[in-house]
Amino acid sequence: MKKDAIKNIDKSSSPKPSGMPRRDFFKILGGGIIIFFRPWHAVELLALPGDQARSLPKDYNAFLQIAEDGTVTCFTGKVEMGQGIITSLPQIMADELNVKLESVKMIMGDTDLCPYDAGTWGSLSIRAFGPFMRAAAAEAKRVLLELGSEKLGVPVAQLEAKEGIIKSIKEPDKSVTYGQLAKGRRIERFLDVKPEVEDYTKFFYVNKSFKHADAIVKVTGEAKYAGDLKLPGMVYARILRPPSHGAKLTTVDVSGAEKVSGTQVVRDGDFIAVLNENRYRADKAIGEIKAEYSFSERPVNDKNIFESMLKAETTPRVVRTNGDLETGRQLSTKIFESEFHDPYVAHAPMETHTAVAQITGDKITVWAGTQSPFGLQDSIVRELGLPREKVRVITPFVGGGFGGKSPSQQGVEAARLAKMTGKPVMVVWTRDEEFFYDSFHPAGVIKVKSGIDNSGLIKLWDYNIYFSGTRGSETTYDVPHATTTSHSTGRGLPPMHPFATGAWRAPNNNTNCFAREVQVDIMASAAGIDPLEFRLKNLKDQRMIDCLKSVAEKFGYVPGKNPTGRGIGVACGEDVESKVAHIAEVRVDKSTGKVQVVRVTCVQDMGLCVNPEGSIIQMEGCITMGLGYALTEEIFFEGGNITDRGFDTYEIPRFSWLPKIETVILDRKDQPPHGGGEPAIINMGAVIANAIYDATGARLFRMPMTPARVLEALKKV
Amino acid sequence: MEQKISFQLNGEKTEALLDPAQTLLWVLRDHFGLTGTKFGCGMGFCGTCTVLIDNEPVRSCQLTVGEVTGKKVVTIEGLSEKGKLHPVQKAFVEHDALQCGFCTPGMIMNATGLLLKNPNPTTEQIKAGMEDNLCRCGAHVRIVEAVNTASKEMKGGK
Repeated sequence: MKKDAIKNIDKSSSPKPSGMPRRDFFKILGGGIIIFFRPWHAVELLALPGDQARSLPKDYNAFLQIAEDGTVTCFTGKVEMGQGIITSLPQIMADELNVKLESVKMIMGDTDLCPYDAGTWGSLSIRAFGPFMRAAAAEAKRVLLELGSEKLGVPVAQLEAKEGIIKSIKEPDKSVTYGQLAKGRRIERFLDVKPEVEDYTKFFYVNKSFKHADAIVKVTGEAKYAGDLKLPGMVYARILRPPSHGAKLTTVDVSGAEKVSGTQVVRDGDFIAVLNENRYRADKAIGEIKAEYSFSERPVNDKNIFESMLKAETTPRVVRTNGDLETGRQLSTKIFESEFHDPYVAHAPMETHTAVAQITGDKITVWAGTQSPFGLQDSIVRELGLPREKVRVITPFVGGGFGGKSPSQQGVEAARLAKMTGKPVMVVWTRDEEFFYDSFHPAGVIKVKSGIDNSGLIKLWDYNIYFSGTRGSETTYDVPHATTTSHSTGRGLPPMHPFATGAWRAPNNNTNCFAREVQVDIMASAAGIDPLEFRLKNLKDQRMIDCLKSVAEKFGYVPGKNPTGRGIGVACGEDVESKVAHIAEVRVDKSTGKVQVVRVTCVQDMGLCVNPEGSIIQMEGCITMGLGYALTEEIFFEGGNITDRGFDTYEIPRFSWLPKIETVILDRKDQPPHGGGEPAIINMGAVIANAIYDATGARLFRMPMTPARVLEALKKV
Repeated sequence: MEQKISFQLNGEKTEALLDPAQTLLWVLRDHFGLTGTKFGCGMGFCGTCTVLIDNEPVRSCQLTVGEVTGKKVVTIEGLSEKGKLHPVQKAFVEHDALQCGFCTPGMIMNATGLLLKNPNPTTEQIKAGMEDNLCRCGAHVRIVEAVNTASKEMKGGK
């Protein structure tokens, strides 16, 4: 085929690669049809906030390749960490391109091969990356149809594409496969505009359930995570850690470590590590280092942190406002004031932060369990002073993230040690390190003042967030006079949190839903109206109304004025454009304060659902994980010292906690897909608190709702 | 320090020159390349490193390799026979009983040990038997279903 038959090939303006030289890129990929996108569309199309979109103009990025054997390879900077996009993204690709699902292969999280992506978070893979990938597939199909038309001598309009074969509609024996069309060619196309994509309703694979594509390798132990790599001459590193955030090394004696057979001790300022081919000996050596520290701790701990937050000098920022609060107060006949507390919570993925770094020639390759391979690449570039094209990050399977692996300090540590020693180095954080260096879900205080009129309509909503985030703080209900204000430390003042905090599955929405939905329950109870009816009465958002009605039906909800003694709670909320409503049933042991969640029913409107079974699994995961922050999870600390660093004291959900879980995904094929990895976790604190109230009349304003706190609340009934 | 240690590993007699004080987990992973057995906490609290020793589910991070001398050790890699998935593995696939997959080998080994001891467990017995294996993704509901299914298939002699 003559090259000029394909338009848009303009080699002179092809952007320069940043990851690897163009020739190497093609050496790896081979030939075929390759769709790139112009990087300046990345910001718009990948919906990256300005500060996350690094400067891209020199990059070029491939989206998909159709190889000579007909295999379709998708490149994505997103990673697979259990959320299931290794299964659902190919469904979208197969449909848009009209190929069999099994012919789609995924290459994920490799900074040399994949298009730039800020990170796998915010349930963005399907809703933000998906349309982009579909556009590339649509463009590829257009190229294939043009090639097919030329090959078969049939106009494009008279061709159809199905299962990787282009056929003449009128003469079906005239056909050619995608592989045959790609053979012996190297066709590059650059997406300049976002093409129109087909309606999802025409699709075959989308909106059907498929089992995890990675299940077999995960049940046989073949699936490779970063720690499963073994490179020739590789050494394990253990790094000397301070006992507390804010501790400073004063004296150190490493002679004991040097005596452990085969150990190399390296030092760069306060960064001290032992290296040994044998993990057991590396562990032993690190224990032989004698170090002393000076401490400058802030006098905060898990008990006084909330008080410190309220006393701190803060800069209020109005997040959103409508009407005016004074009018709201005048229209209200009953006013309610509450203060809610939510502590620091750990991510605690089963795979601790792990990375391997290897230097080959002048290039460093780092394999890491990370949610942000490009973010890690940037960190290594910055901290090691290397040019970006000399740093490659590859992401094998990730053993759970939940937001905690967006920061990937372990990858920088491995890279630094590889640079210092020239050896391949593996860093596997211990569980203790994982708890110490986690970027915790931030603690926060929420103060709400709200009011209702005589008919039970909410007229006032004055919502104040102290030191936690604003996601999920939408008023949700139809309130004429509402203001949401965020209070945090102003510039130049010391930070409130004594250690790193960050995104934790549905960041801050768990805190905000807890406060909002408990406050709404308080008002419903005071108005003498059933809590579900009270919500419906105050809602205008049809999608939320549908979720609530549907969850009531699924649960078999019988209205009652709480507390009814039944132990049934209601909550609803929104996250990543999806809406969710939960009803939970609990049993409370009044003598011990122990809460057992018996049943949780959840309805989710997530727009079009690509893989229903996969999404249900995410909902079940959210509900199960959410039991933890609701009932037990809390980081204990004294200044910068995390005093709780293992699964012996930090309790995460276990099998015996399991409620009966029922899930429904509303049929919304007419809508674009919304997020699915996080929404179903947001109501778990509130729905359990409301169910405890319904069971006992005790109100909980503080998570987690431990037996001691339940007993305390019962005393006030 | 190193000495000859022999035990049965995944059905085969194994002899290796090793420091007997080394943790079994790291010997399996590093010396034998059996990386399906995972490091999750190193303190016996999470269960990701579970292997079978003489048919008992045991935390390999809490044992030294010296302690398994003469014993039968089975890891996740030794569970399937001739490429055919073990009924527990098969049930985990059928029920989609995994997400990130990091706890999965430990879950499967623990469940296998549980079913060897009690081929006909009730749901409550499954939950109790799996209690100390942790999963952060929240695949618990499906894991219980998978173990239930596997017990039925194993009883059927398949």
